Amino acid sequence: MRDGRTMSWRSPLALVRDALHGQRARERELRSLVSNLPYEGLGKGKLPNRFFSSNTIKTTKYSLLTFIPINLFEQFHRLANIYFVGLAILNFIPVVNAFQPEVALIPICVILALTALKDAWEDFRRYQSDRKVNNTPCSIYSRREKQFLERRWKDVQVGDFVKVVCNEIVPADLLLLCSSDPNGVCHIETANLDGETNLKQRTVVSGLCTMDRGFEPESFNSIVVCEKPNDNLNHFKCFVEKPNKEKLGAGIESLLLRGCTVRNTDHAVGFVVYAGHETKSMLNNSGSRSKRSKLERKLNIDVFFCVILLFAMCLVGSVGHYIWLESLTGSPPYLTPDSRSNSLASFHMFFTMIILLQILIPISLYLSIELVKIGQIFFIINDVDLYDEETDSRMQCRALNITEDLGQIDYIFSDKTGTLTENKMVFRRCSIMGTEFPHKENAIRLAVLDEPEAEEEIIFNHRLQSAQTGWSLEAEDVTSVDTSRHSRSKVVGMAQSDVAFSSPLETEVIPDQNLVRQISRAESSSRRGGSRRMDPYLDFFLALAICNTVVVSMATARRRRACVSSHSSQTNNPLEILSNLVKKASSFIQRKSTRIRTQSQDPVIDSVRMESTADTNGVSQSDRPAAAAAGSEDLYYEAESPDEAALVYAARAYGFVLLARTPNNVAVRLPSGQVLDFEVLDTLTFDSNRKRMSVLVRHPITKECVLYTKGADYAIMELLGTPYAEHLSENQKNIASDTQHHLDSYAKEGLRTLCIAKKVVSEDVYRSWLVNRKSALAAIDNKEELVMDTAVQMETNLTLLGATGIEDRLQESVPDTTVALREAGIHVWVLTGDKPETAVNIGYACRLLEEEDLLINMSCKNKVTCTSSLDCNLEEVRRYDEDLLNVDTMPSISLVIDGHTLTMALSPDLRDRFVDLAKRCRTVLCCRVTPLQKSEVVKLIREKLKVMTLAVGDGANDVNMIQAADVGVGISGQEGMQAVMASDFAISRFKHLKKLLLVHGHWCYTRLANMIIYFFYKNVAYVNLLFWYQFYCGFTGTAMIDYWLMIFFNLFFTSTPPIMFGIFDKDVSAEVLLGVPELYRTGQGKGEYNFLTFWISILDAFYQSLVCFFVPYWAYKDSDVDIFTFGTPMNTVSLFTILLHLSIEIKSWTVVHWIIMLGSVGLYFGVTLFYSAICVTCNPPSNPYWIFESQMGDPMFYLICTISTVVALLPRYTFHVLKNSISPSPLLQGRELDRMDPSTRDQWIREWRGFRGGGGGQVKRYQQSTPPSPTQETPVDFLPEFLNDDEIPDDDFSLNVTTHQSPVLT
Amino acid sequence: MVKEKKKSPDRPDNTAFTQQRLPAWQPILSAGIVIPGFVLIGLAFIGIGVGLFITSRDIQVLEMDYTGTEASSDCNKCAITNTKNCMCSLDFNISTLFKGPVFFYYGLTNYFQNHRRYGVSRDDSQLYGDLTNFKDPSTDCKPYRVDSNGKPIVPCGAVANSMFNDTFKLYQNVNGQRNLVPFDGKGIAWWTDYNVKFRNPSVEPLKNAFNDTVKPLFWTRAVYELDFSDPSNNGFLNQDFLVWMRRAALPNFRKLYRRITEGDYKEGLPAGNYTLEISYNYPVLRFDGRKKVVFSNVSWMGGKNDFLGIAYLVIGSLCVVMSMVMLIVYAKFKFPEDN
Repeated sequence: MRDGRTMSWRSPLALVRDALHGQRARERELRSLVSNLPYEGLGKGKLPNRFFSSNTIKTTKYSLLTFIPINLFEQFHRLANIYFVGLAILNFIPVVNAFQPEVALIPICVILALTALKDAWEDFRRYQSDRKVNNTPCSIYSRREKQFLERRWKDVQVGDFVKVVCNEIVPADLLLLCSSDPNGVCHIETANLDGETNLKQRTVVSGLCTMDRGFEPESFNSIVVCEKPNDNLNHFKCFVEKPNKEKLGAGIESLLLRGCTVRNTDHAVGFVVYAGHETKSMLNNSGSRSKRSKLERKLNIDVFFCVILLFAMCLVGSVGHYIWLESLTGSPPYLTPDSRSNSLASFHMFFTMIILLQILIPISLYLSIELVKIGQIFFIINDVDLYDEETDSRMQCRALNITEDLGQIDYIFSDKTGTLTENKMVFRRCSIMGTEFPHKENAIRLAVLDEPEAEEEIIFNHRLQSAQTGWSLEAEDVTSVDTSRHSRSKVVGMAQSDVAFSSPLETEVIPDQNLVRQISRAESSSRRGGSRRMDPYLDFFLALAICNTVVVSMATARRRRACVSSHSSQTNNPLEILSNLVKKASSFIQRKSTRIRTQSQDPVIDSVRMESTADTNGVSQSDRPAAAAAGSEDLYYEAESPDEAALVYAARAYGFVLLARTPNNVAVRLPSGQVLDFEVLDTLTFDSNRKRMSVLVRHPITKECVLYTKGADYAIMELLGTPYAEHLSENQKNIASDTQHHLDSYAKEGLRTLCIAKKVVSEDVYRSWLVNRKSALAAIDNKEELVMDTAVQMETNLTLLGATGIEDRLQESVPDTTVALREAGIHVWVLTGDKPETAVNIGYACRLLEEEDLLINMSCKNKVTCTSSLDCNLEEVRRYDEDLLNVDTMPSISLVIDGHTLTMALSPDLRDRFVDLAKRCRTVLCCRVTPLQKSEVVKLIREKLKVMTLAVGDGANDVNMIQAADVGVGISGQEGMQAVMASDFAISRFKHLKKLLLVHGHWCYTRLANMIIYFFYKNVAYVNLLFWYQFYCGFTGTAMIDYWLMIFFNLFFTSTPPIMFGIFDKDVSAEVLLGVPELYRTGQGKGEYNFLTFWISILDAFYQSLVCFFVPYWAYKDSDVDIFTFGTPMNTVSLFTILLHLSIEIKSWTVVHWIIMLGSVGLYFGVTLFYSAICVTCNPPSNPYWIFESQMGDPMFYLICTISTVVALLPRYTFHVLKNSISPSPLLQGRELDRMDPSTRDQWIREWRGFRGGGGGQVKRYQQSTPPSPTQETPVDFLPEFLNDDEIPDDDFSLNVTTHQSPVLT
Repeated sequence: MVKEKKKSPDRPDNTAFTQQRLPAWQPILSAGIVIPGFVLIGLAFIGIGVGLFITSRDIQVLEMDYTGTEASSDCNKCAITNTKNCMCSLDFNISTLFKGPVFFYYGLTNYFQNHRRYGVSRDDSQLYGDLTNFKDPSTDCKPYRVDSNGKPIVPCGAVANSMFNDTFKLYQNVNGQRNLVPFDGKGIAWWTDYNVKFRNPSVEPLKNAFNDTVKPLFWTRAVYELDFSDPSNNGFLNQDFLVWMRRAALPNFRKLYRRITEGDYKEGLPAGNYTLEISYNYPVLRFDGRKKVVFSNVSWMGGKNDFLGIAYLVIGSLCVVMSMVMLIVYAKFKFPEDN
């Protein structure tokens, strides 16, 4: 406890009172924090904030003292461990013991010790990292020294003032009070927290820090009132109460989170509100996920069978003992006098038998499985094929115990955006005021970019020429900008592409000629017309540039990020600070260019820029301001959603360059070169209920308030008021319907659509609205809803400007992957928030749908039609199914269903019919679904069909689905890390799923399944030796094998081979598994580990144990053999049988296999010889001295061993041989493929695939089948009921996920 | 920034091991491949089987029951009356020369020396000559640890207590004369038992070491005076004691009593009539046990045992048959597939 030091002079009563007080303070909903500075040096007991946790973190579970009790306590949560400890204790009861009591403790102790060792090592690593983190330096303000002093993270207390400098990691949750930025902004990067690499702005709490004097912590005498710590990274409620009772509201936008990195800001000062374990990042830090795999669930049933078997055998022993005792006449000299009755003795014998035969329940199985899974995970994460060059990330396994589930997947539920597609948005076309601009050149460019890079250069040159001639009409200005940009992107595109949104693909847009003409016309006319009214074309692009939350940054900022640690010291030096001070004085744009010059460190970028500058100079510098030219070349846009970035880049292509964005200001340069500075009055951030976002700005020229809104088409369309400029012609009034028409055609092409609208707000309306808005922002309770309500109030009577179509390009190898998964017998479903048209198009593009497929389109408005449609389709599908039995070439069936219909189909009375229909479909596309529906679908299929499900997604809206599925796979893509955080496995590309499932999934499953079967077999085979002996010793629980050797047998001689088998064995090579995806089907459904295989192996174990016992028995019958001489060959035979049995099962022998197998045999002989040579009286009463040695000198021993082993293994061996010859399994055929040399094999696979009619792999677009007609179910038709439904589909228009809590988390 | 030059920190190592591409031998068990193996194993086993069978057939065994349950038996009187030192005799005839060296065993049936509690009931440290265990025998020995007066029993425990105490003398009847066949009682126990595991306490005379101890309850003589004829064959190193203490694995067992290696009988027991004089002490009738004596000569494979030879022959033949089956399977299933 932190109060430990004060204990000496405080009465216990005071301590208790203090503790209670602290408890109450921590529990309270609101916390009042004050500065620590007035109390500095008073000792911890006097600090006002002493009740809140300090910044020291401790993630370790144990300490040196508590390790043993806590670890034991945890281990005893496992039923198996309790069972074995119970047995060991039972052995201490004299009437039932089977062994020397102490020896019986050994196995359980070894298991516990090994597990404890593993835990201790893990904990030690946590301790080390904690210590490193706690000792990280940071600067805290000290009143005594009147400056910030260097301290450690662990010294930070709630109520301290902490200064963070550029590239430093924030040590605790800080309320931002002051920033070096003149606008009171601090940029942070939350990559450590959620993996998002774009910069986020945080603003200081207004009114506390004045630029001219800087921030003086000592003068801070306000009270910070904040909510109780919670784990919500996107939400924070707080206000600062000044001494004059003025309350300043603050939210997440003023909170610097622990673990974030400060970027682009020289320094910032914050007030510690939460520290240590109460920080949001720590509260979010949950350990690795623990799930129970299907195999393990089945395994537990088999363990239960083993328990039954054990009880049966013990019962036999017990009854046998009773009969034996009853049959005895008189008192034989070998029977020690016993006061117990026969029945009591046999009752006791039951427990003795349990002790004797305990290893029938495989004690080390659970530990072995854990070890095997660690090994398997090691190989998965080390697979180079699952490594993504672009993001430099390898595969992550977040759940450690469901590797084998990957080999049993029946259904994959995939998100579309970011999962099947890149989520790298490319501007394709737009429609302004009802006129469509197809951007043909841009489309050509994109098509070209798909070609290999070698051709890229030529085409660039070629196209540049044509572009230049094509634009001769336009001012030279645009051309020059374009030329220089291309030359740069060419180089950069080849050199690197690891930074999001920076590839030429996304940043470059070739303007549509007609549109350019329109703009120049509009601009000149607006200049002439005194700019009283903005032209809609200009407005459209201004909206694109303004209406977003894109942060403008420069190339230098990016580079600094790439090399954080090495350069952080440089930015701290006084020279830098001085130069920054100088910069502050200079103008904004100039400051930027200075920094570029002083800080550029990367020669490559330098040269690139120089080249580009040269180009620019070469062509034309003309009438543009020089500073702006340099600025625009180095501008990078960091957006939280890729759509926004694409739109901003598109606007830039037309000359509307977003130059800078601060919370209160947006600077845009028009094509004319004029820079407009818009004052941002408010930003109505995106939320998934409204599905739109707006920015309210004051136009610098007209001085009127303008609201620019962009959002999903149906979210905008319903808000349209009067058409734009009612005095215009009748034709113009149909803009909305024309635009809607264009939107539908965009969707059909697979483009993502957004509508852009504006509204001019009168000053009065704005003022009255502002009052509401302010009160909403200051609210503590229901703040979210209130703020949203104000947004809805404002977004009315919008005027439609136009719409955009953005292409989300398909990820590399997606069609290939989906085809492979389909061949592997996996049903792939797509659950998306997009329109059905878009989804169907993507479906064809990824070859989820084929041309000849029968496509069922379900889109119903009410439940009655839905029911009838379901019944009707079901009828038809059933008919198809019957036909399918006769003809092979019948088309397969696919279902497209929209979210509204899905809601009805998921209702309890229809869900069975829906499942029935869905299971007959090869693929199902669910469109316009909410995150909740996604998870409902997954759960429904998982529970109704009893299948293994896998959900894959990349965004926050997929989290529900990922958690609902048996296996959740997150794609670490463009949309942050929420999906990855919730997932069991994280990959970076969709195509990795192929190898992950087909190869690693298959391997992990077959390995583990075979290993477990073998493990059961092994224990039964060995223990039964003892059981058979009971028939010859009056069921008295005698063991003919020395107990130490028995323990060693299980712990050492035969423990590593199965583990090795589970980690290394490779039945079929990766190439064949990828080439012949059908092999995956072996794991699906019941798989290789099923009832039959389990019992066959148990029966085999019984047979083998009979052989291992009775061959030596008959060989030694009627001789003068003693007990342990009799047991030695049995033990040896068992070892050989068990190991050779494994050898039959091992599919490929690598050097590791040989070492471990031979090592095990060697160890057995070595240890047994050694033990027999030294143990004279060490282990009474069994006395193994020299027995093994004398046996090894006896030829009979070898003869017995040889024949027993051969007889024991002959049936299994013969069975394998005959089965392999007569009806080879698909896997065996796969192995035979492996033995061919690679070229023949490839040819064979290719021929075989061709034979099956897989096709050449080209992506076909739909032609024959009828795609859903866009005119029939335009969203507008059923929009009202749709929106009332409270389950507004959420997905891909998540423009601003992070600044507001997205509802998917709840 | 330049990818080619920068070493990606997170890139997995591209080694054969981490990529699971280690060179491997991938045997596929199929008919064609295993035929030679089956033939080879079959022939080898048949060879071994023939050898074993011939060896076992040459071993002579003479086994005689002397429990005395039948009225005709001479030992019937002793079996019924249970008098001490009851003497009875067993006459038998050997038709051909019983080749030497002849091993003479006594055998017990239905005798569970492998009973768990019985087997535990001994004190190896005491038998190792540890004097502290003389005073305080191990608790394992219960209930044969101390006598009713609380005096420690040496050697303690049920195994020692139940030591077999019949003695035998063999006479050859030559022309009405009884010639004593000399027995060799040395080296019948395991060398390691005699030299390592069992030790007499180093007290001279041996008797003194046993002061304040009592002999096992069933015993008539103390352990230090088991053999009057040979003082060195006393104490824990008594050969019969050592043999008994090595517990038999199965309820029907034999234990080596003496060997016939000396004098006229060095080459074996010649054909003729013999009388075995038995000092009948050990009660077996009350637990339905039987006692017997066994004469046997031994080979490299120990005593007579036909099982192993037959097993080898059967399995060997089976393997040969299997190889035929495999051949058929191979011909039927392999060739069409290749086309």
